[in-house]
Amino acid sequence: MISSRVIIAVLYVLLAPFVIGLLDGFDRKISARMQGRKGPSVLQPFFDLKKLFEKEFLTANKTQLFMIYSYVFFIILSGVIFYAGFDLLLVVFSLSTAAMFLILASTSTHSPYSAQGTHRELVQIMSCEPMELLVAVGFYLATKTFNVSEVVANSVNSNIIYLPGFFVGFVFILTIKFRKSPFDIATSHHAHQEVIKGVTSEMVGKEYGMVTLAEWYENAILLGIVGLFFLNSNPVSFVGAIIAILVVWFLEILIDNTSARVKWQLMLKLAWGVTIVAAGMNLFLLEIIMG
Amino acid sequence: MSTIHKSPWLLHYDGSSCNGCDIEVLACTTPVYDVERFGVINTGNPMHADIFLVTGGINSQNAPVVKQIYEQMPQPKVVIAVGTCACTGGIFKECYNILGGADTVIPVDIYVPGCAARPESIIDGVVKGVALFKEKAAALEASQKAN
Repeated sequence: MISSRVIIAVLYVLLAPFVIGLLDGFDRKISARMQGRKGPSVLQPFFDLKKLFEKEFLTANKTQLFMIYSYVFFIILSGVIFYAGFDLLLVVFSLSTAAMFLILASTSTHSPYSAQGTHRELVQIMSCEPMELLVAVGFYLATKTFNVSEVVANSVNSNIIYLPGFFVGFVFILTIKFRKSPFDIATSHHAHQEVIKGVTSEMVGKEYGMVTLAEWYENAILLGIVGLFFLNSNPVSFVGAIIAILVVWFLEILIDNTSARVKWQLMLKLAWGVTIVAAGMNLFLLEIIMG
Repeated sequence: MSTIHKSPWLLHYDGSSCNGCDIEVLACTTPVYDVERFGVINTGNPMHADIFLVTGGINSQNAPVVKQIYEQMPQPKVVIAVGTCACTGGIFKECYNILGGADTVIPVDIYVPGCAARPESIIDGVVKGVALFKEKAAALEASQKAN
């Protein structure tokens, strides 16, 4: 049992960038087809990443690189905690610590574009964090444990039955977490937008490459949490979890391609609104049923 | 061998022109021409850019801007002057404020003439720029190894 947990954690560290990078490649291909274009190769994200590491390294502040190393470290640590089946609450806290290092990295250069991106990143964190914490709380109420491996082993049915509201709320904040339109306000994915590249504006070459890599590791955790809603003690549920992850991933691409960017005020209202209504109602009902 | 040429990110700056070339550059990213199929991304950030695409002539006001953008781009980098104005100053050449083409302030690698430059010729210029980008990357790697 313990050895299988170690293997899953090691597989996460080794394979997450390849799997998420490939999903990202298909994302760009599908987006291009939705827009009537041919689109780049599905391996494009890997070419981009490799190029970033080959570029000359210019930096305004040496501290930035250290902060980015810490960001990558804490993201991978959160992933290891999650995939090795430890405490879900600890995963959420570790992800917040990682986000703090990203904020420190982007503020260390004093660029106005970085600063604006940082402010927006902080608003994004404020929008997402309550829902992330509530997901952990939801799993606790449904299974009486925060431990990821016990959540899976102790569940006869998939927890989505008890936690539909939490699932809706979590999928909603995933759009923000994946930096997709309408919520791509901290790092714009397109030129001619007022924040240039927001938090990543001043990150050059390998720094930007590392941030991209960290985002891939983080997305692997988030998609893993989506899967956790569908996993139960029956190994067949693994197939259901994979299908659910792919459906959610496709939904995010669809939303990205059919919506315009919103202001941060609306993002905050929507995110908190959905969190309070969907997760709040679910929490309330779960308390009554389980309590 | 390096795959660096498969991911050229463009930075587009419009100097003082009629905006004709500007529109044609944007046309390259539309479904008809779709430069993204070569891995090209139109980025707004000089620090992430590999290819600097200049349209329009250089005047005394935008000369320092163009210089600064060029200096902020990390090596290896390629500069492409798109349109007659960016190549020589074009019909604005004799104006009191115009210094001339992009090569009056920064070294230009590739010239794409035309008034306005057609999307086909811009893509041709970018493809040539990508080939040069690959050469420059190899040269940079060789020089780093030598040091």
